[in-house]
Amino acid sequence: MSATVAPKPPPRKREWSWRSESFRALVYQIIALAAVAFALYYLAANTLANMQARGIRSGFDFLAQPAGFDIGESVIPYDALDPYWNAFLVGLANTLRVAVIGVILATVLGTLLGIGRFSRNAIVRGLCYAYVELFRNVPVLIQLLIWYLVFTEVLPPLADAPTIGGMFYLSKAGFSFPTPVWGTGQALAAGGFAIGVVISVVYRRWAMKQFEATGKVRSLVLVPLVIPFAMALLGWLLGGAPTAWSIPKLEGFSMEGGASATPEFLAVLLGLVMYTAAFIAEVVRAGIASVALGQSEAAGSLGLTRGMAMRLVILPQALRVIIPPLTNQYLNLTKNSSLAVAIGYPDVVSIATTALNQTGRAVECISIIMAVYLTLSLSISAFMNWYNRRSAIKER
Amino acid sequence: MKRKMTPIWAAIAATALAAVPAFAGKTLDAVKSRGQLVCGVNTGLAGFSAADSQGAWSGLDVDVCKAIAASILNDPNKVKYVPLTAQQRFTALQSGEVDILSRNTTYTLTRDASLGLSFLHTTYYDGQGFMVPVKSKVKSAKGMKGATVCVQSGTTTEKNLTDYSRANKLDLKPIVFEKQEAATGAYFSGRCNAFTTDASGLASIRNKDAKDPKEHIILPELISKEPLAPAVRRGDDEFESIAKWVIYGLIEAEEYGITQANVEQMKTTSQDPVVMRIVGSSEDTGKLVGLDKDWLVRAIKAVGNYGEIFERNVGPKTSLALPRGLNSQWNKGGLQYAPPVR
Repeated sequence: MSATVAPKPPPRKREWSWRSESFRALVYQIIALAAVAFALYYLAANTLANMQARGIRSGFDFLAQPAGFDIGESVIPYDALDPYWNAFLVGLANTLRVAVIGVILATVLGTLLGIGRFSRNAIVRGLCYAYVELFRNVPVLIQLLIWYLVFTEVLPPLADAPTIGGMFYLSKAGFSFPTPVWGTGQALAAGGFAIGVVISVVYRRWAMKQFEATGKVRSLVLVPLVIPFAMALLGWLLGGAPTAWSIPKLEGFSMEGGASATPEFLAVLLGLVMYTAAFIAEVVRAGIASVALGQSEAAGSLGLTRGMAMRLVILPQALRVIIPPLTNQYLNLTKNSSLAVAIGYPDVVSIATTALNQTGRAVECISIIMAVYLTLSLSISAFMNWYNRRSAIKER
Repeated sequence: MKRKMTPIWAAIAATALAAVPAFAGKTLDAVKSRGQLVCGVNTGLAGFSAADSQGAWSGLDVDVCKAIAASILNDPNKVKYVPLTAQQRFTALQSGEVDILSRNTTYTLTRDASLGLSFLHTTYYDGQGFMVPVKSKVKSAKGMKGATVCVQSGTTTEKNLTDYSRANKLDLKPIVFEKQEAATGAYFSGRCNAFTTDASGLASIRNKDAKDPKEHIILPELISKEPLAPAVRRGDDEFESIAKWVIYGLIEAEEYGITQANVEQMKTTSQDPVVMRIVGSSEDTGKLVGLDKDWLVRAIKAVGNYGEIFERNVGPKTSLALPRGLNSQWNKGGLQYAPPVR
């Protein structure tokens, strides 16, 4: 009954001779690395030497100088006398605003369209097909320009803007809405909401584990949805229940008070969402089609409705095929947001171009843009890879 | 392994440091050997540099290049025009893609000192202004509190707009577009309350792009100084000298009454010593800049004197209808004062 232990394999010996494949591989890798490093070094050294020879100033010291230009819209407070790096941050915030909201909306829309291709209703199928073909095949810059043209031509001028209840306005200056005047009450409400979200996630985990262990069904959607809002309400009450709102009002040429989603922002967002959703729809369709037909048949034979089968059986398996191309589409959306410079949205490329022209530091500003997009793209793909690993089906 | 690689690394590093390639050789030599002047111009600004439907370029900046080409190469048509956007223009000149940048570019300290460029004489004294629709009932730039203003990216316009807005507490909101067509399109569609660029550009755009030019007015305030001057790369003093003095020669020709029509006749008959120096019938000033004595005669014959260039491209008889104003001769109340060609 003694278990026989498999004999340990002999230790690997690396032979330091050209006949050994692993040694050759090592040498080739070193040569390749040296070639790349040399190429990069040569590029940098050559550029710097040339610029110095022609009297072109270089260096990143301009980032501390006051920017001297205003930015049309900004989520963080910004003044024209702030340094250039602050202006770049404003541009980055604008890019992130478009990228994050765009990714969420495009995923939702794309998933619905992708699932719609499998509908039993021929009209729904046809509409989804038509949408994908239309929005996939027109170049994205044209789509952005068309959206911007529609918004600026069709919307009424500010003086004749239609309004809902005197609080919401739709005009050439964008969609204006009231915002709460930020104070302790609102901050506590936001904090309560965040804590509520965490509590909801923990509750859902616990409820699913309970369900699998004991079979007792617990509310998986309603309670987790209500908890954050309840916590926000609690925080708001604790902060003294403030009700101060900043209502937009037309004064002279612009709206004072409230906030507005400018036509530039709306055009970039809608253009990118509609364009990327068409691609995501195809990715989702491929993922769903990759799940074996037997799975939906088995789900049907268990008595699951089509909706439940899609949600509980097919989509989780399809995720394996969907997530890598989906990462691609997210990166595409983020990088396509740089086209916003064509329609006047102040994203990071637009700010960098302005800085480039005012300081003349072309190499430095372009390298900042490249670094920003590289970081964004690497972060998105790192997050998606983590999510991919987490949602991978553990095969036996 | 490591010991054997160190000398190789050192050799590579040394080669990298030593391999500073010689930058673009003397511009003048390149122009002469190529037989063509490469001139960086605007993508399309009526009156300054614009191509017509046949691809023929015309404008004030274009005429400057023609005059220089006529001086150096004896033919005003030996010019290649490279249309450049506001973002590309300086890099194109720095890298050697164009020999001279004649593209309604404002002469500022940053551009002159830190880009490795050298500006020539101002060919057009301009200023930045605003254009608003007539029905907005705005009569002065100071009445535009809170207005949105369309601007084009990559120009001095944004900074001037901000300076003016801060100085007069106007809280103007800029909407910055990469292409001028997008900026003017947004203004004419009503997205912005005003459009701002150099006053000469405003006149040109109002004529070209407005559905009804009478529905837009250019406000009287000029909020900045915009001296528009051509630029060349540093490092070729000969070429810079020739280009600069051709422009001075054209201005002085107007001052002394030499025109495109009478320059050949002046060469043979004039007895005025200043005129004789300009047309080369007494001293050979051309030899001093590296050309021959007919250098200015060729330039004037090709495009006329400064006044004729102005009248032909942006003067009161053209669709831009810009007054001479600051661009008149010094003895007629303007700022164009050429050092004497002698």
